[in-house]
Amino acid sequence: MATTPITIGEEKQGFLPWLWKWLTTVDHKKIGILYLCGAGLFFLVGGIEALLIRIQLSVPQNDLLVGSTYNQVMTMHGTTMIFLAAMPAIFALLNAVVPLQIGARDVAFPFLNALGFWLFFLGGLILNASWFLGGAPDGGWTAYAPLSTEFLGSGMDFYILGLQVAGAGTLMGGINFLVTIINMRAPGMTFMRMPLFTWTALITSALILFAFPALTVGLFFELFDKIFGANFFNAANGGNGVIWEHIFWIFGHPEVYILILPAFGVISEVIPTFAKKRLFGYTSMVFATVLIGFLAFMVWVHHMFTVGLGPMANSLFAIATMAIAIPTGMKIFNWIFTMWGGQVHYTTANLFAVGFIPTFVLGGVTGVMLAVPAADFQYHDSYFVVAHFHYVIVGGVVFGLLSGLFYWWPKMTGKFLNERLGKVTFWFFFFGFHVTFFPQHFLGLMGMPRRYFTYLSGDGLTTGNLISSIGAVGMAVAVICLVINVVMTTANGKKAKGDAWEFGRTLEWSLPSPAPEYNFAQIPLVKGIDPFWKAKMEGSSKVMPAEPLGDIHMPSPSILPFLMSLALTIVSFGFIYADKMGTALNKGSLFFAGMGVALLFLMMLIHSLKDDHGIHIHKQEIIDTERVIE
Amino acid sequence: MKKKWQHVVHFLPLVVLTALLSACGKEGVSALEPMGDEAHEEAKLMILSIAIMVIVVMIVGMMFAYVVIKFRKRRNQEEYIPRQVEGSVVLEVIWTVIPIILLAILAVPTVAKTFSISDTTSKDVTKDALVINVTANQFWWEFEYPDQKIVTGEEVVIPKKRDVIFNLTSKDTTHAFWVPALGGKVDVNPGQTTKLKLEADKEGMYSGRCAELCGASHALMYFNVKAVSKTDFKTWVSDMKAGPSDPTNVSAKQGQGLFKNNCMSCHAVGNKDAGIAPNLTNFADRQTIAGFLDHNKKNLEKWVWNPQAEKPGATMPRRGMNANLSKGQIKQIADYLFTLSVTQ
Amino acid sequence: MSNAYELSIEKLPNPEKATLEGKNKFLGFWFFLGGETVLFGTLFATFLALRDKVGNGPAGHELFSITTTFISTMILLFSSLTSVFAILALKDYRLRMMQFWFWVTILLGLCFLSLEIYEFFNYVKEGLGYKTSAFSSSFYTLVGTHGSHVFFGILWISTLMIASYKKGITTVTAPKYYIAALYWHFIDVVWVFIFTVVYLLGILGG
Repeated sequence: MATTPITIGEEKQGFLPWLWKWLTTVDHKKIGILYLCGAGLFFLVGGIEALLIRIQLSVPQNDLLVGSTYNQVMTMHGTTMIFLAAMPAIFALLNAVVPLQIGARDVAFPFLNALGFWLFFLGGLILNASWFLGGAPDGGWTAYAPLSTEFLGSGMDFYILGLQVAGAGTLMGGINFLVTIINMRAPGMTFMRMPLFTWTALITSALILFAFPALTVGLFFELFDKIFGANFFNAANGGNGVIWEHIFWIFGHPEVYILILPAFGVISEVIPTFAKKRLFGYTSMVFATVLIGFLAFMVWVHHMFTVGLGPMANSLFAIATMAIAIPTGMKIFNWIFTMWGGQVHYTTANLFAVGFIPTFVLGGVTGVMLAVPAADFQYHDSYFVVAHFHYVIVGGVVFGLLSGLFYWWPKMTGKFLNERLGKVTFWFFFFGFHVTFFPQHFLGLMGMPRRYFTYLSGDGLTTGNLISSIGAVGMAVAVICLVINVVMTTANGKKAKGDAWEFGRTLEWSLPSPAPEYNFAQIPLVKGIDPFWKAKMEGSSKVMPAEPLGDIHMPSPSILPFLMSLALTIVSFGFIYADKMGTALNKGSLFFAGMGVALLFLMMLIHSLKDDHGIHIHKQEIIDTERVIE
Repeated sequence: MKKKWQHVVHFLPLVVLTALLSACGKEGVSALEPMGDEAHEEAKLMILSIAIMVIVVMIVGMMFAYVVIKFRKRRNQEEYIPRQVEGSVVLEVIWTVIPIILLAILAVPTVAKTFSISDTTSKDVTKDALVINVTANQFWWEFEYPDQKIVTGEEVVIPKKRDVIFNLTSKDTTHAFWVPALGGKVDVNPGQTTKLKLEADKEGMYSGRCAELCGASHALMYFNVKAVSKTDFKTWVSDMKAGPSDPTNVSAKQGQGLFKNNCMSCHAVGNKDAGIAPNLTNFADRQTIAGFLDHNKKNLEKWVWNPQAEKPGATMPRRGMNANLSKGQIKQIADYLFTLSVTQ
Repeated sequence: MSNAYELSIEKLPNPEKATLEGKNKFLGFWFFLGGETVLFGTLFATFLALRDKVGNGPAGHELFSITTTFISTMILLFSSLTSVFAILALKDYRLRMMQFWFWVTILLGLCFLSLEIYEFFNYVKEGLGYKTSAFSSSFYTLVGTHGSHVFFGILWISTLMIASYKKGITTVTAPKYYIAALYWHFIDVVWVFIFTVVYLLGILGG
């Protein structure tokens, strides 16, 4: 059984060659690990920000974090968790799993894949650099205008540029997976034989493609208003902050479906595997996923019910919002019926998947409650909304991602995460989560608005806030256990074989753990849903190949993605420091930004002109590698 | 056993929810203790939606609890492979149609109430309503009564059992106007006017707050709604028009002089509205200072000494603490401000 | 994956789609254009919302000239036609012909840009600065974004053409020429919308 990643040819020892390998990789499996590291780091940062918030709010009129300082911590908590933790964790799983699930050797655009990662990572660094360079953004993760463009400080420039850079990376990732899934499936894998996780990856990628450009434009508008004196959101000169709200939420609502659909995909893989039973209602599940993706673009105004757009607009969007509950509910039933009649194994991955179901249902029903505009006039911008979105994002997305993490960790690294510690993590996280967020529904209904750094002691909000803060400690303990688990496992975890969990159904489990550089020695021939399970039930330990053994051509590594991201970082800092808050522009800084653009164009030129002949893996090398694995 | 725990934990929130929803939160603050027409309507919708959702959660919860316990792997069953079931068209239809029906039941009153609560312009609503123009600023509220021709700040007085239509706009960034005990909120945008209709059933104090992030002191931008009887309201209006009487006390007299020289360029006393800072005509009758501080001389002196220490980002210039007024002078101003009552 | 160089010697039909990489670039670029459509859609929607907010500055109908706009449109439409000729030549492996038509396309693109820069200079002189009003900001941002796309397209096609003297037409280079032409068509389509929504609506709608 292979214990180290299979590499072809000579590998130099030493720290610098190791660093170079990771800086220049275009291999989707390594990029998946890079995304996981980045996501993990930022998840810890966002978690500390959350703890600070809960400590501040544990007693009324506390003075740990007040005013703008609190607003910075609150803004960065939301922005970091959504853009720098959840989304990259999703890309980690997409990269690690999708090419293997469809029987491909890599994604469609390996170079772009690497570029997407480095843009995310450097965008995250730009955003967090603000802490040390004059203050973090403090306009909330939604950065409403004109607050963000006229009334806040330099922190908002970091928000605008950091997200612009990170967002560019995400867009590239979306296009990459769309083309990969459409063009590079193994022979015999029709769309209706794809695993559900791949289906959700496909729809998520389509959502990314059509949602992120709106954010790109909105961020440019805020940049232009703030630095160049444009009037998009300046009421005095005819502009209108409501335009920002429309643009942001036309992006923002699909964004939350971008977050949840991959989690749905994970649940659709984990529950069947650990029930030893195929997914119930595959066709309906696919249909529901597509419908949710479509409806995601039709509901954005439900974030704006109190703007005063009028009862007609509000009612139309209310109905559309309620409609999304139908395909979502359908999925819950299909998961329950997958377990019905099965043999359910409660591994940590499955605990998170099963724990997801009631938690997400609670989040979903408060969503339907929020869809009623007249009632939303009370709920909007109160802790009721905070409770709702934490139920669906933490109870939905994070539970799903943690399930996927424990499930696919052996495939990515060749080792199992410790199950006992995993279960401790689960129970602390599950209970801690409910204790933290359930009281917040009541806090909102009792009159506590969101984004408040404190509350009055006479308002009856004290007990609820204290309970909520206690719950956060439970979640912190869970995360600490997880970190210990990762460190312990990396040092000497239990080794995993190809079919790590014994009942693997999809193609990735037919490969060694971790998979060799070229993934499949021979591209498999797919004859149905759950092709690996099918092969095992028919008595074989491998899936039939679709091609003879032959030489394999893999793309070359490149330092350009990392350098291009550095160039864009230079551009970003150029714009950030051009903003002198209302006085004349810093022209020198703009020139610096221009240099960054020139550098970027130069590297694009090099990439265009240089021919990549790739790496050639000879047939004999493949035979030798496969023999070692056996 | 962990599966039974999950079962219990799953139902616990429901029990808690139902029990607590019956009466919760501080009266005058909480939306769960509705005290106005709009709040009542909204609470009814909340209860309807919760009832429907509880049905859904119970059904799903029971199925979930059953499956999670009944089909868990038991010992010595390693070789068993369950029957692989593709799906069931009948079930798919059932769990699509029933939710559609439940949502339809919710949708009808949703649309009806959304239209009726949002109506601030039809003749039926406007003919007997009191109109108040509200201007939101960082971080305080100004209230102007166009028909009565008076202006006040931070505390708005309304007659009970009469519709009040608020016309809202902002001087700077987007805020939101929310009095949870009386009804829902509306955003307050610069360069536009939004409208909100509220009504109070009884006399009393209702707490209002800003509900859209507007800067450093978004959390301290409270205001109060004071509902009084019809006759008391009439009296109050004429008292406000008459204004407070001049102070008799020596210290307050000194304070009045200091006030004229240091504060009057922004703060008006009387009908004339400067609009840059809260109108202080009936300051002594209010419940709070700067919207949230307890209403006493000590707090007022602290506020005038250094407003930014109490309310980060406050735009009121600092007059104490190394500026031009001494503690003694601020005390005199406080004495004066505490004579500004119209109800004597 | 097979060796693209060996295949190119055989002159396969439709060289731009003959390999998996070519097919991927083709599909990927169509998707990218889908995203760009949303990008321009957002810019258009904002422009439409703010087009009446002229503040103290001039309005569109006071500045726009139907003649200049017509000439710009014709230049860009014609440049799209020449890029079609270039692709026809590509499919026939006629390198010199393809280069010729792409160079004409670039030249026309440069004419379009010069005209637009001249137009913007005049507007600024007439009092329509970037900061003048909400209308001005959204006008310059929408039309300027289109102009920067034209500029980038010129740089891109020029680079490809200069390299083409050495690299020729192969199954590796053909997809690159193809998607560059696709990009050029896209910005032409966007211009048709700008012409209609910004200039015509501005001049006629008054």
